[in-house]
Amino acid sequence: MNPINFDYISSNPLLPEVKNAMIEAIKKDYGNPSSAHQLGEEAAEEIEKAREKVAKLINASPDEIIFTSCGTESNNHAIKGVAFAKKDKGKHILTSDIEHNAVLKPIRTLRTLGYDTTSVSVDQFGRIKPDDVLKAIRDETILISIMHSNNEIGTIQPIKEIANIAREKKVTFHCDAVASVGVIPVDVHDLGVDLFSFAANQFNGPSGVGGLYIRKGTSLWPLLDGGGQENKRRGGTENLIGIIGMGVAAEITRKDMESRLTHFKMIKERLTNGLKENIDDIIFNGHPEYALPNLISLSIKYIEGESIVLMLDEKDIAVATKSACASGSLRASHVLIAIGRDYADAQGTLVITYGRDTSETDVDRFLEALKKSVDTLRKMSPLYQKK
Amino acid sequence: MKEVYADNNATTRVAPEVKEAMLPFFEDLYGNPSSMHHFGAQVEKHLIYAREQVASLLNADPEEIVFTSCGTESDNAAIHGTLASYPEKRHIVTTKVEHNAVLHYCRHLQKNGYKVTELAVDRLGRLNLDELQNSLSDDTAIVSIMYANNETGVVFPIEQIGQIVKDRGIVFHTDAVQAGGKIPLNLSTLPVDFLSLSGHKLHAPKGVGVLYIRKGTRFSPLLIGGHQEHGRRAGTENVPYIVGIGKACELAQSYMEEERIRIGNLRDRLEIELLKSIPKARVNGDQGNRLPNTLNISFESVEGESILLLLSKEGIGASSGSACTSGSLEPSHVLRAMGVPFNAIHGSVRFSLSRYNTEGDISYIIEKLPSIIGRLREMSPFWSALS
Repeated sequence: MNPINFDYISSNPLLPEVKNAMIEAIKKDYGNPSSAHQLGEEAAEEIEKAREKVAKLINASPDEIIFTSCGTESNNHAIKGVAFAKKDKGKHILTSDIEHNAVLKPIRTLRTLGYDTTSVSVDQFGRIKPDDVLKAIRDETILISIMHSNNEIGTIQPIKEIANIAREKKVTFHCDAVASVGVIPVDVHDLGVDLFSFAANQFNGPSGVGGLYIRKGTSLWPLLDGGGQENKRRGGTENLIGIIGMGVAAEITRKDMESRLTHFKMIKERLTNGLKENIDDIIFNGHPEYALPNLISLSIKYIEGESIVLMLDEKDIAVATKSACASGSLRASHVLIAIGRDYADAQGTLVITYGRDTSETDVDRFLEALKKSVDTLRKMSPLYQKK
Repeated sequence: MKEVYADNNATTRVAPEVKEAMLPFFEDLYGNPSSMHHFGAQVEKHLIYAREQVASLLNADPEEIVFTSCGTESDNAAIHGTLASYPEKRHIVTTKVEHNAVLHYCRHLQKNGYKVTELAVDRLGRLNLDELQNSLSDDTAIVSIMYANNETGVVFPIEQIGQIVKDRGIVFHTDAVQAGGKIPLNLSTLPVDFLSLSGHKLHAPKGVGVLYIRKGTRFSPLLIGGHQEHGRRAGTENVPYIVGIGKACELAQSYMEEERIRIGNLRDRLEIELLKSIPKARVNGDQGNRLPNTLNISFESVEGESILLLLSKEGIGASSGSACTSGSLEPSHVLRAMGVPFNAIHGSVRFSLSRYNTEGDISYIIEKLPSIIGRLREMSPFWSALS
């Protein structure tokens, strides 16, 4: 039987067109994009073509986009870059309780360098109240970093309102949009953000390449300093093949957006209904309305999420308990704790993500396997027996 | 038209074996190595293997190998990671001829209150080790000195330098981006704490690098987020490229003995013939201590850029200065540091060979270059003034 991937957010197949473009590029042997000779020039042109395609996906202008090595680098760059560039104006940074580690940890590091931070809490659905952000802003606040959507529970934040507040208060606003870009339509102009992080591997593009939107006029220090690449904003020889792949993925993703959203909606409905019918004592996490269409976070009471992952893996079905980046740690998800799940429920949580190539048959096979695994585990669970 | 690529210090062709090794990871093997399930696990073992391949080239322990996105990131991470680990120490020692990935980064740090010593070189591009010795103090956090120079190929006595630095208990980083794969590096005896490599300088693609971190060395990561690379470099692993650099290191190791001599002979022939057929030409850099593949040669009274353009028309790719700075018209900082006369700096060209160059390539350059220089000199006011 074919393996089925319901941990799509951690890894997804390259689009055939992306794969072909990348293999073509590997075969073609370009020179160094920064070299003066002809091969180098061709490489530089390819990068600019890709930059236009990526810019279009988020409605930015190409010169506002830099390519990075991943979403983590984009986030680190934005946060440290603003913190260092604006340190004379103040040392206060605002963020939220449910950010990805690639935002939380650099901010934590800045605390050791004398920066002060405030973390805004979320409601039971994982939403931030813009008013809470407004109240937390001080004279010394130089940066607000709040994610567009959450990678574990899928909740989408009121980014436009927060950006408005940031602009009025003249605070730089960074938005980690790694989980959103390429999944739902986003428009950086409409949102009004200053910095916007995203990664190609979230929309069937390659790993190892990300992007950072930098609104014109935003003062930012480079994170990688060296050669004059990316208009002096990111040193390091350009990952040409990855960038070409990201460009193609961005173009196709933008064109397919409508049909993909319809597909996502259908899969989500089938999954949601199937889960409700087949398994009792479950909680759906996240916001019922402001939610990513490609993700379901499900707490299954009286069992361990990790056991489900292992049991499904034996049946060649991939699913996750939290983001792959954190799967090395056994701690309960900080996101689930922030929305008020208790420790036990947090441990019994699955993050179910899917993509453009997920079929209805995949859903049905997954539901059947999940039901069996949950039944088996609950039979062994003293907590379930007690109930 | 015949094409001769002789700009391998800027970037190299991706080896066919490397392309081959990478392809499956653009297809079915797209799992995230950090995931718990089988999708991820089957990919993780290839990551382990690649780490062993790199470690073997360096005669290091696989645990000491960290994959990054490029040489620049490796260099930045080594310096950043040391300074963050020793916050009380505020002095950095480097050289005037480093790659910008080290030099610009250090100058950037200088603006932020660090004291930076840039050691001078003599006319042959050699360091004075007494000067190094005298520059070290209790305040010195790190010494960063390149293994081999990208423009001239001059190899520094890293073993002696490392000994001096380590005798003072100071952290030592060497940027071995140009040396890696070209000459043997043995980290089991070399007194080095950090060493940087870049994939695309040794026939792997652009967008992947390596940072060697000796066991027990204090380090604080540059990219912070997930647990990847044992907490030393966050960001989803760029699996196809990591597999690629692993294969490239394996190939470099197997070709090392034979190719080092063959390429050295090609370079020597090119050098001798050009000096014989073109008057007022000089070799830059210590001919006794050079990478076997590099020839930096100056032709008085002509412009390097014009030479490159005419070479390019004949299908020959070479460079003046390093590719990363070729966007700027400033004369090479390396040649200036060596005191190469102004009239010769501008007419300098770097030929850098790889295992794909043949005797025929060398004959072709020897055939074309003298008439190019002759033509340019006829047009040059400096040349007519001199002759």
